[in-house]
Amino acid sequence: MTQQSRIPATGGPRRRSVVNGMMGVGAAALAGPALTACGGPPAGDPKSVTFGSNGADATPKKAYAAVTKAFTGKTELKVKTNTVDHDTFQKSISSYLQGTPDDTFTWFAGYRMQYFAEKKLAAPVDDVWETIGSGYSEAAKQLSKGTDGKYYFVPLYNYPWAVFYRKSVFKERGYTAPATWSQFVALAKKMKKDGLSPIASGYGGGDSWSILGAFDYLNLRANGYDFHMDLMHGGVAWSDKRMSRVLDLWREIAPYYQPGAGGRSWQDAAQSLLEKKSGMAVIGLFLGQQITDPALRDDIDFFPFPEIDPAHGMDSVEAPTDGFMLSRSPKNPEGARKFLEFLGSPEAENIYMGVDPSNVAVHSKADTSKYNALQKKSAELIGAAKHITQFSDRDSDPGFISTVVLPGLTQWLSHPDDGTATLKKIESQRARFFSG
Amino acid sequence: MTSTLEAPEEPVTPAARRSPARPGRPRRLSLRDRLFLGVIVGVPLLALLIFVWLPALASFALSFTSWDGISLSDVDWIGWENYSEIFTNYPPFWPAVQHNVIWLLFTALLPTPFGIFLAYQLDRKIRFTRIYQTAIFLPMVLSLAVVGLIWEIIYNPDNGLLNGIIGAVSPGTHIDWLSDPDLNLWAVLVASAWRHTGYIMILYLAGLKGFDPALKEAAALDGANGRQTFLRVVFPALKPVNIVILVVTAMESLRAFDIVYVLGGGIGSKPGMELLSLLITDNIVGETSHIGYGSAIAVIMLLVSLTAICTFLVQNFRKDKEEE
Repeated sequence: MTQQSRIPATGGPRRRSVVNGMMGVGAAALAGPALTACGGPPAGDPKSVTFGSNGADATPKKAYAAVTKAFTGKTELKVKTNTVDHDTFQKSISSYLQGTPDDTFTWFAGYRMQYFAEKKLAAPVDDVWETIGSGYSEAAKQLSKGTDGKYYFVPLYNYPWAVFYRKSVFKERGYTAPATWSQFVALAKKMKKDGLSPIASGYGGGDSWSILGAFDYLNLRANGYDFHMDLMHGGVAWSDKRMSRVLDLWREIAPYYQPGAGGRSWQDAAQSLLEKKSGMAVIGLFLGQQITDPALRDDIDFFPFPEIDPAHGMDSVEAPTDGFMLSRSPKNPEGARKFLEFLGSPEAENIYMGVDPSNVAVHSKADTSKYNALQKKSAELIGAAKHITQFSDRDSDPGFISTVVLPGLTQWLSHPDDGTATLKKIESQRARFFSG
Repeated sequence: MTSTLEAPEEPVTPAARRSPARPGRPRRLSLRDRLFLGVIVGVPLLALLIFVWLPALASFALSFTSWDGISLSDVDWIGWENYSEIFTNYPPFWPAVQHNVIWLLFTALLPTPFGIFLAYQLDRKIRFTRIYQTAIFLPMVLSLAVVGLIWEIIYNPDNGLLNGIIGAVSPGTHIDWLSDPDLNLWAVLVASAWRHTGYIMILYLAGLKGFDPALKEAAALDGANGRQTFLRVVFPALKPVNIVILVVTAMESLRAFDIVYVLGGGIGSKPGMELLSLLITDNIVGETSHIGYGSAIAVIMLLVSLTAICTFLVQNFRKDKEEE
């Protein structure tokens, strides 16, 4: 369900689980009221703005704190931050927004933002965009608009998905970054022979979303952007033979996945890459949150997911965008708009990226001089892309992805066969989610 | 439960008391008393209606709709469609039913008798009995979510206790306890049994403490051996406790949720671990909810539970009457 859980390495699976255990279990009944309960100051306090944040892990939490502090310093408006565990935040978002939500809250661009805009659970922010608009590219603008053409979203950062590896491993063993599918498969084969787990993989527990990165890229490279978006929006049958092709391709690399992936968290999988036990990992730039040693960060590099069909080349990059929205009836509308204007400024982005360097700023005037090599390369990759996708569960109905597609694909991935049955099972559910 | 056991007594006492007191006057209560009675009966009744029956009926009504849970004007009445979809075209449904049945059978056949066995042994005043009792009961003190966390550490494929002990950590021999669809249900059942055993033990132990030792002595004098004493004397005499245990077991199996949720990573149903309760939350909780669909599954689960409980209660009442 989650795009990224953003839990630093130190905690490993346990910390994640504790958070889940404490907060997740009661989520069904409790999270909604709990979220709203700690929501707010007395209505209409003109001196403060409330901010619902899903950045509960150490790094983003610190980064948001720095941003809100800077805002208070500039405008003397206090920001009351209400931080909720990332997964819980997502699960309870619907009841949260229907209750008494905070004035502004963190959310994701794309279909998921549009869904709540359509349901009138968020307020348009066109006036904010009049101020901040000049700093954003056309693509970023498109990502921030609802289906009615109004703006509902202020982007903060995005991060590309790619194939990550350690430079030193590639150097020692004489590997070169593959550009095409056949080279990629050959490299994986070679790595296996050399005693590495070729593709680090961990989709255990609540981390099954992490397999979607590979799925999206396979589909984008084999069938192209238009088909992928059609599929995501429920316009194409999953039993289409182009989908069988995707699973066939996936089946080719499945034997090179790290064994035991279904019981491992993505953090543990990333760790095995850092420890040189695995050769590559299909993951997002947030992998960087696992790294504490700057020397190690310099040893990490990535190459874009290889080309499968020359007709589509590598023209699409998966780069989910995170940002902010305004709730439907904020208690302090003026203050909240001011806060959003600040969040959409290069200054706010610089402050955020200064604390959490594993993302790339969206604002074109954001300071890129302090970027590390990975950030620079990421910005180039995103900048050069013809199409930018968000992520399966952001481009599509998240309920469909999490309750139908994910269980189907994870089950298939643990015993990859020709996939016809899996695709049929997914297809049989499609109509329920995309009726209108 | 208690009402079942006390039921036969109730009509006797008030009637007996009332008739000699004031035969001529039907209303002996003052206005204040009646007001008071009205409040103490009325408030719980109202609460029951609002918090139990209303939601239950609402779920029932909602199960005939298609609704995203956001604005009431979007409610779309679609009749039996949800039900027919669920029964014919919802891949996780039948596995979930099957897993619920497995859960019930497993819990009733293994940890429950084992708990009774432990209780019986511990009741015989063996040495260190308190330590054993505490040790076995300890998991019960923890919430099932915490139990889940403990077992998550045990089942971890890379550095978990279990794989460490049996030597399944090197590549190729990995056993993926929680994600292999053929294994994970059993892994979860073991974890839940670990806790359930202690629960049953303490319930049964409480029953045994109140057991009249004279009956045992009489059985011993009649020449009954240990097994006979238990099966023919102790077990039947502890019928009230047995009923409690049966109901507890059935309830725990039907409402099984939290431990699976935690061990599944907190994302609802996973292949191999589908349960009805998880399918309900899958559909209702989340960003895009399918309230109608989820309600329909909830109604199905309610009907299954009611059928199980009613059959059971009716049978017990009948037996009680026959015995009288």
